[in-house]
Amino acid sequence: MSDKTTTADEVVSRLRSGMTLGIGGWGSRRKPMALVRALLRSDVTDLTIVSYGGPDVGMLAAAGRVRKLVTAFVTLDSIPLEPHYRAAREQGAFELMEIDEAMFMWGLHAAANRLPFLPVRAGIGSDVMRVNPALRTVTSPYDDGETFVAMPALRLDAALVHVNRADRLGNGQYLGPDPYFDDLFCAAAETAYVSCERIVDTAELTKEAAPQTLLIKRHTVTGVVEAPNGAHFTSCAPDYGRDEAFQKAYASTPWAEFAARFLGGDEQAYQTAVGERS
Amino acid sequence: MTEFTQAAPVPPTRAEYCVIACAEAWRDAGEILASPMGLIPSVGARLARLTFAPDLLLTDGEATLVRPDGTTEGWLPYRQHLALVTGGRRHVMMGASQIDRYGNQNISCIGDWERPKRQLLGVRGAPVNTLNHPTSYWIPRQSRRVFVEKVDMVCGVGYDHAAAHPETARHHRIPRVVTDLGVFDFATPDHSMRLASLHPGVTPAQVREATSFELAVPDDVPRTRPPTADELRLIREVIDPENTRAREVGA
Repeated sequence: MSDKTTTADEVVSRLRSGMTLGIGGWGSRRKPMALVRALLRSDVTDLTIVSYGGPDVGMLAAAGRVRKLVTAFVTLDSIPLEPHYRAAREQGAFELMEIDEAMFMWGLHAAANRLPFLPVRAGIGSDVMRVNPALRTVTSPYDDGETFVAMPALRLDAALVHVNRADRLGNGQYLGPDPYFDDLFCAAAETAYVSCERIVDTAELTKEAAPQTLLIKRHTVTGVVEAPNGAHFTSCAPDYGRDEAFQKAYASTPWAEFAARFLGGDEQAYQTAVGERS
Repeated sequence: MTEFTQAAPVPPTRAEYCVIACAEAWRDAGEILASPMGLIPSVGARLARLTFAPDLLLTDGEATLVRPDGTTEGWLPYRQHLALVTGGRRHVMMGASQIDRYGNQNISCIGDWERPKRQLLGVRGAPVNTLNHPTSYWIPRQSRRVFVEKVDMVCGVGYDHAAAHPETARHHRIPRVVTDLGVFDFATPDHSMRLASLHPGVTPAQVREATSFELAVPDDVPRTRPPTADELRLIREVIDPENTRAREVGA
């Protein structure tokens, strides 16, 4: 069995400009921020980002790395509107595929199941159809004759997710209240990279937690990165909550200033700067 | 004979009328999930659960189903939440940056979608909600900027758009819109918005002034019902002792 442990910078070195990247988590919750920060240190750009958007989208948009975004929303949760995403959208900085939360989920399901689409009763009658003229509908072949959106598969070149624990083989575990859709992101992707708070022995994973916490299966995973505090400043329950003070500073500081202060060095420098701040 | 005076009860505030008007959305809803968004709808949903809608399910705002005393009674992560939405056993009360006379709602952006003047949240779950189960709206400050002739982006589907897709939209229903001024519904022949009740102290003229579109106003508009003494006690002492409701709607 292969040891898949690697580093955030090695992960990013395997990504290419122009790729379609899925980013796990939800809003400002359990986002793979250490991997996003590594991406910001690289020159990978021109990305199509598929994400239930939070500060991952805000940062990549602020840094000009996004060519196209696929999302249902972008929010910081406790701060409803993501300022950097807003600014980028208002400048027309990238293309947007704006879809409903459920359409997004079924798009990942379709990709994970190698289906071209799945029918969804969401989007019909809304302007999601107007702003996405490429979306098609499909009519039930049965007696009901109902028409649905044929949500196309959201196939990903790579997925980036962050969980609480993982082993060296890529078995990933969440310990908080919600798995979000991280397993689906991994299954929908050609390659998937899992960062975690702590790498532990396989036997350790189920010593104190039930097997159903084993969200991500190793056959869907390419690389495992140990990244303590790697979801900062988003939440990573039960290891830590959202760093609200830091998020507020992120949202209220001009991007160039924030980037210079926190993103100029490596991950260690980031974590040190965060520590000095509090 | 001893004389004593009892302090006169503090009369219900506008925010407390709004709580009642929101709570009424879930009357007789049965065993479904109540999803309030915003402070006052949250107080309203819990009030309904504690009084006239005892079978309602409520979440902690994240992945847990909780009883009013905080006891966990179930697990509802986003993936199961989205399945519950499609199953239809839910009544959500969403916010709206814009809403029009047929109940189309916008939380995505203001201006041209291609290059918005103001980027807001995005469509979120408004399309899936409105096509699958009852969807009501809560607007803490009614104005012409919110009650618009036509929304810039249809996120929540209104009656005119639903009518164009009768098969797919067969579960579509907008029971009510609650604002700081009154309660509105779509009980008109063409499902355009109607003033259903006025909160005390509000005139039909004030409502028209805060509405950009032609609103159906009956000759005799009822008043929003006042809270009962028991409901007032629950709101003030049990559900919202910190008076967070006053932050959404002032006096």
